[in-house]
Amino acid sequence: MPHIEVRDVSLVYDTPAGRVQGVQGASFDIEQSEFLCIVGPSGCGKSTLLNIIAGFIAPSSGEIRIGGKPVSGYGMDRGIVFQDFAQLFPWRTALANVAFGLEMKGMGREERESIALEQLALVKLEKFAKAYPHHLSGGMQQRVAIARALAYNPSVLLMDEPFAALDALTRDDMQRLLAEVWRETRKTVIYVTHNVAEAVYLADRVVVMTPHPGTVKTLVPIDLPRPRDPLSVEFLAFQKQLLGLLGQQSAEA
Amino acid sequence: MSTGERTRSLRRAAVTLLAAAAAYEAVARSGFFPPALLPTLPAVARALVATTMDGTMPAHAFHTLYRVLIGFSLAITVAVPLGILMARFRPVENFVLPLASALMPIPSLAWVPVFILWFGLGDTVSILIVFYAALFPMLLNTWSGVRAVNPLWLRAAGAMGADEKALFWKVMIPGAFPFLITGARQAFLRCWIAVVGAEMIAASNWGLGWVIFDAKEFLNTDVMLASLVVIGAIGFAVERLLFGSLERATVLRWGMVRAATT
Repeated sequence: MPHIEVRDVSLVYDTPAGRVQGVQGASFDIEQSEFLCIVGPSGCGKSTLLNIIAGFIAPSSGEIRIGGKPVSGYGMDRGIVFQDFAQLFPWRTALANVAFGLEMKGMGREERESIALEQLALVKLEKFAKAYPHHLSGGMQQRVAIARALAYNPSVLLMDEPFAALDALTRDDMQRLLAEVWRETRKTVIYVTHNVAEAVYLADRVVVMTPHPGTVKTLVPIDLPRPRDPLSVEFLAFQKQLLGLLGQQSAEA
Repeated sequence: MSTGERTRSLRRAAVTLLAAAAAYEAVARSGFFPPALLPTLPAVARALVATTMDGTMPAHAFHTLYRVLIGFSLAITVAVPLGILMARFRPVENFVLPLASALMPIPSLAWVPVFILWFGLGDTVSILIVFYAALFPMLLNTWSGVRAVNPLWLRAAGAMGADEKALFWKVMIPGAFPFLITGARQAFLRCWIAVVGAEMIAASNWGLGWVIFDAKEFLNTDVMLASLVVIGAIGFAVERLLFGSLERATVLRWGMVRAATT
């Protein structure tokens, strides 16, 4: 049985201009410990789809199942990382941010702080445990957010363009770090991005979406050995293939 | 603020105060006004020392502070929960907002004669005036503060299993803290101004406002000015030292600055 099943999920918005089809009939499966990227042009509904999987939005029709159980609302089986750096609580230190989920579970201070410190070490920020978010760079804040989403040990990690607001060099470092974290934790990851190179670097499979209405165009398996070399011929071939799939539809539009 | 900056800003403040004092002293000594109306600074200082040594000035200050403390605490106790309810529930907002908008522009001192008729002379009137003056700044700031809480924080906290109680205490209150501090500061300034006025009219025998009013009967301008100095000094101390350090320990440390910090 796949870890996550997305079954014919659609979302219709009511706007002043009428009904808008946000996502239409999206279906795919994600295996245990798989790294799945969803790519698509802006406004194709890929973030909306992630929000539906996260439980923030209920789909108009269709169903999401995680471990065989239908999703309704939030759940501690999913950790979430947003694009916005402001997702961290500014009044909490990096450590206290990471410990938040464990605190909600009712875990004692010492235990949760020692787990939080391990999670910070995983993203190489244990030295900054006592720092407040505003003293950390954007990349560091996103690393804290990843540690925070992993700390209460969800089986699924949902990421909504977490590195999109970072500069190119930092983004490369973050992708390497995330690939390492994923290798160590073996979480099932759904990662939304509009950056094709990022998808080829990180993903086991890539879901390509078309805009207006957002539908799943195709699924591309990336069968490259890890760690991946972004300058290798095969890597560039995958990039070209994905760009072709995305470009084709903008030519049609 | 660094130590160097703080020393410089202290020095600037000292220069301003000294210049103002020198100008006052020059006018007072010019003989242009009778000394009974415009006492020299040493005379004011002597009155201040004398009333402090015999314990009357501290006792007056204590009475005024007591009224402020009670009224201010009552205002916070009512305004914070009410402001949060307003921000969270539309019907509460719809009900309270017109009421607040109608009552807020009425100067608290305008209520003093009415309150005297209702409650008689004494502490009750002053405390109610303090309450009235502090209520609205605290209420409106709490309301704005809770509405300004970043929805992403609530979403992230919800995803990490926070229930309603945790969302309230661990996200909304700290998230609204910059506004809560601003509200408390404005509320304190308003009620500190109001209490002195209320005491002039409604207090009997004790309070810094009453000192001024009473000294006027005997043309004790030095005592009147001494009381003004005490009023200014306490107001400054609470505003700068108490709220200033609270702000440095919280929102400044967290990088959530929005209140004026000068």
